[in-house]
Amino acid sequence: MDSIKNVLIENSLVTAFALIGLTMYLSYFISTKLTRGKLHGSAIAIMLGLLLAYYGGTVTGGEKGLADISIFAGIGIMGGGMLRDLAIISTAFGVNFNQVKSAGAIGFLSLFIGIFLSFFIGVIVALSFGYSNAVDITTIGAGTATYIVGPVTGSALGASSEVITLSIAAGLIKSMLTMIFTPFAAKFIGLNNPRSAMIFGGLMGTTSGTAAGLAATDPKLVPYGAMTATFYTGLGCLLCPSLLYFIIQLTF
Amino acid sequence: MVIYGVAILAISMLIGVSAGELIGTLIGIDSNIGGVGLSMIILIVAVNSLSKKGRLKKPSQDGIAFWSAIYIPIVVAMAAQQNVVAAIKGGPLAVLAGVLAVLISFAAVPILSKSNKPKKENASK
Repeated sequence: MDSIKNVLIENSLVTAFALIGLTMYLSYFISTKLTRGKLHGSAIAIMLGLLLAYYGGTVTGGEKGLADISIFAGIGIMGGGMLRDLAIISTAFGVNFNQVKSAGAIGFLSLFIGIFLSFFIGVIVALSFGYSNAVDITTIGAGTATYIVGPVTGSALGASSEVITLSIAAGLIKSMLTMIFTPFAAKFIGLNNPRSAMIFGGLMGTTSGTAAGLAATDPKLVPYGAMTATFYTGLGCLLCPSLLYFIIQLTF
Repeated sequence: MVIYGVAILAISMLIGVSAGELIGTLIGIDSNIGGVGLSMIILIVAVNSLSKKGRLKKPSQDGIAFWSAIYIPIVVAMAAQQNVVAAIKGGPLAVLAGVLAVLISFAAVPILSKSNKPKKENASK
């Protein structure tokens, strides 16, 4: 047993390929047999992934889901920032550049609207839970934008670690819900063309949530959404500790 | 060769991400601004200009296509390493903020899509 375990650990990335391959197979099997294709295989796979992450988190108490279990450490490489970004960029290979240009302006506008919307939703929720300090409110609002903007803003403003953790949690929930519910919402919000995908990416902002949600909806839309979403975190890190903090400070 | 395609992809990413870092530094924040988006634009431009000159052979294209085909499994691996436990432990405030942010942002998609629509819209399917 131990020697098999060692093989899996020593070849962790290969183990991850095998495990994810099996997960994909199982997901597409469930999709065709149990839901008759109504629920897309990749949507099921992403939910299974989140479930596995929950399992990994409870077993190890770590922060990296399944990747914290030694034999599954390769998941951390396969799904980590480096390969994820490489794969996201590669999807641009099939992009129609004219579509990007024609939706560029509205995609750019959607970034600002998206950051403001999420930020002020976070602010209102923070207020309703009794937070009254401008730093706390801003940090929670920033975290509602994305789970990266939250801690960046929180550390810049000197927020407490509890508030920063809370802001990360809000961003994580947003990202996961985006992964899970985008395929269901797509029909109702007209998410079926490059233009609305670019707007969607700008409004949602979470690169992981947008990319996974669009992948489960229609893989052709992924590059358009990912292209705008990737600007969101940077812009959020720029706006939240400065302009938006200033607005909150003036108001409270 | 397949590696040519992979290398074009890799170089596009390195240039784009460096540019994103540089923009972040220039405006004084410790974050990458649009590195991935810039990389995508660089890749599109590189692929277009190379294929116009007939310099992008089928195997090279396959080197890029492989990564875009493996994209969904990579996203599943990404999902499997999210800090789901922390997200749930954030309690009602985090959940409420996350749920409302997603619902309202979803609702804003059709509003923005309908505003100043271009003359003709191509469905992706």
